[in-house]
Amino acid sequence: MTINHHISDALLMDYASGNLSEGWSLAVATHLALCPGCRRRLDAMEGAAGALFDKLIAREPVTGSDWEKMKARIACEPGAVTAVAEKPPVAAAPKPARSAGVIPEPLRSYLGGDVDTLKWRALGRGAYQIRIETGDPETQVRLLKIPAGRPVPEHTHEGRELTLVLSGSFRDGNDLFARGDLEEADGDLLHTPTATEDEDCICLAVTEAPLKFSSWIVRLIQPVLKI
Amino acid sequence: MKRTDRQFADQDLSPMELSNLLTAVGQDRSIEAFETIFRYYGPRVRSFMAMKTRDAQLAEELMQETMTAVWNKAVQFDPARGNVSAWIFTIARNLRIDAFRRKRPVFDENDPVFVADNAPAADVELEGRQDAELLREAMESLPPEQLDVLKRAFFDEASHSTIAEDMGIPLGTVKSRIRLAFDKLRTALEGRR
Ligand SMILES: [Zn+2]
Ligand SMILES: [Zn+2]
Repeated sequence: MTINHHISDALLMDYASGNLSEGWSLAVATHLALCPGCRRRLDAMEGAAGALFDKLIAREPVTGSDWEKMKARIACEPGAVTAVAEKPPVAAAPKPARSAGVIPEPLRSYLGGDVDTLKWRALGRGAYQIRIETGDPETQVRLLKIPAGRPVPEHTHEGRELTLVLSGSFRDGNDLFARGDLEEADGDLLHTPTATEDEDCICLAVTEAPLKFSSWIVRLIQPVLKI
Repeated sequence: MKRTDRQFADQDLSPMELSNLLTAVGQDRSIEAFETIFRYYGPRVRSFMAMKTRDAQLAEELMQETMTAVWNKAVQFDPARGNVSAWIFTIARNLRIDAFRRKRPVFDENDPVFVADNAPAADVELEGRQDAELLREAMESLPPEQLDVLKRAFFDEASHSTIAEDMGIPLGTVKSRIRLAFDKLRTALEGRR
C-alpha cells in the first residue's frame, strides 16, 4: 500500500498541539494508523514542542513547599509501587500480524465494528452512509459508500472537508485517492470527487457542521428581537 | 554546542542528563532524580497550563497532576528512543485536553489493522536523544517570526485563524510559516545520519 496524499503540516500540527477538535482528529488519527511516514512527522512535531518546552521561560521556580506537596502526593500514589514491576509496553507488545481488517482504530470503535458488520442507510442514487456520533459540535462525521463510477453525493459543502479513503478509490480532477489517502479541501474548492469504475468506494468524510447557517440566522434576528 | 541565545540561559540540563534522570526514576524509583526533574519541568508545565487556563490555581493543580503522572509512568519511558521533553509535553497536553473535557482520538499500535513501520528497529533506536539535541539546536536557528507561530500554536492552543488575527498577518502566512519551520526542523533531523 502506497499512500500519496498525506496530512498537511498545518493540520498535523493542530493535532500535535491538542487543538484539533474530535471530528477532525478522528480522520487524522485514522490516517496515522495507516501511515508510518506521518507518524514519524508527528514524532518530530512533538519533539519540536518538547524543545520549545525547554525554551519556555518559567517565571517562578518551584518552591520548597511545592516540592514537599509533590513528595507527599507521590508517597501515597498506589500506582507507584506496582509500576516498578511493569515492563515498558513497547517491549511487551508483539508486532501485530497483517490482517484482512479494513477499518483501523480509532475509527472502528466509533463504528462499533468493521465493514462486514455495518448498518448502512440509503442516501439515494445507490450511495449509502452512516452517521458517526462524536461529542464535537463543530463537525459532521460520516462514513460514505459510493457506488463504482458515481460521484460523491450531496457534494456542496462550505468550509473545510477531510475525506479519508478506506477501500476502493476516487478521482478528483487529476488526482487519484486510494486506501489511506487523505484529501484536505477548503470551503472555496469546487470539485466533483467520483468513485473509480472498478469497485465501490468507502470513505470517512468530516465536514463542518451545518449548524453554522442557522446560528447565522439567529445572529441576524437577535438584534431585531432584542434577545 | 553554542548557548548564545539568552532565552536558553536557564537551560542547565542536557537531553542526555534528563534522559538519565528519568530512567533513574523509572528503574530505581529515585526520589533525588525525581526532585531534579520536578524542579526543571514543574515551572515549565505550570506556565504551559497557565497559558490556556488563565487560572493560577488550576494551572498549579494540573502541574501537580502532570508531575504525578510522570512519576507513575516513568517506567514506560524508553531511554533508547527517549526525548524526555517531548514525552512530558505529551503528558501535559493530554491532561490539559482532559481538563477541558474534550476528546482527542488516537491510533492503537496493537490494533491488527494498524500498519507498522518497516524501518529497521536499529534506525529508530538511539535516535531519540540525538533528535532532542538536534531539535534544540535547530530551534535556535529558526527565524523569530516562525518560532512565534510555533509557540502560539503549541502553547496557547490558538487556532491558526486566531494566530493570524492576533499577529495581523494573513492566514496563508501562518500556514506557510508552519510549513517552513517544519521543513527546516526535518532537514536538521535527516542530517543526523
Ligand atoms: Zn501520511
Ligand atoms: Zn468536497
